[in-house]
Amino acid sequence: MKVKYFAWVRERIGKAEEMIEPPATVRTVEELIAWLSGQNEAYAYAFEKPKIIRTAIDHAHVKADATIAGAREIAFFPPMTGG
Amino acid sequence: MTSSAANCPVAIRIQEDDFDIAREIAVLTRSRTDIGAVVSFSGLCRADEDSSKIAALTLEHYPGMAEEEIKRHVDEAMSRWPLNGVTVIHRVGRFRPGQNIVLVLTASQHRRAAFEAAEFLMDYLKTSAPFWKKEESATGTGWVEAHARDDEAAARWTRS
Repeated sequence: MKVKYFAWVRERIGKAEEMIEPPATVRTVEELIAWLSGQNEAYAYAFEKPKIIRTAIDHAHVKADATIAGAREIAFFPPMTGG
Repeated sequence: MTSSAANCPVAIRIQEDDFDIAREIAVLTRSRTDIGAVVSFSGLCRADEDSSKIAALTLEHYPGMAEEEIKRHVDEAMSRWPLNGVTVIHRVGRFRPGQNIVLVLTASQHRRAAFEAAEFLMDYLKTSAPFWKKEESATGTGWVEAHARDDEAAARWTRS
């Protein structure tokens, strides 16, 4: 699946998007965040406070317990500050 | 992104270019005789944030989702209030204090619906549409933190 990162999440990880293949045991958003955090220090830094990270699946906001099955695009970003 | 339902044309644009408020109102009301009220909200880049002076703001967005998320809230506004037209323009890029960032226009037969819908849309634009601001000041650059007061403003509209 494709993963996108925005704002300081993107800056900390050092890339705007990538393709990932998490193991089948990773089923929810919070499990995916935990798995990504284990990749290296950059991911661990980006996701150091997982509760404040917002997630969207296929352009719609989802909660941490949402399933990632069938997702085409998952995005991680900080709380929004537009307007 | 443009659409139309129940005599309520909707225009949603995310752009780097500035907007002309008078022109956007003219487009919204052109050839219409059923509109009795147009509310216009524009948000500008301001220089003072707490104690620091801002030199510039950079706005980043999530292309695709930003338009869709705004559309979802415009649809909800149309279901709550009898609207005759909605325009939402959000700029992205780097801005100096005094420059326009966002425009919301709501048109209705009567003023109350237009006022309330504009406020509703702005509250959700700030808390739910995927845009992020980065500030530049004399002390450096940093991402703007979300304010609890904005979440509280949006929560006012939650229906049980």
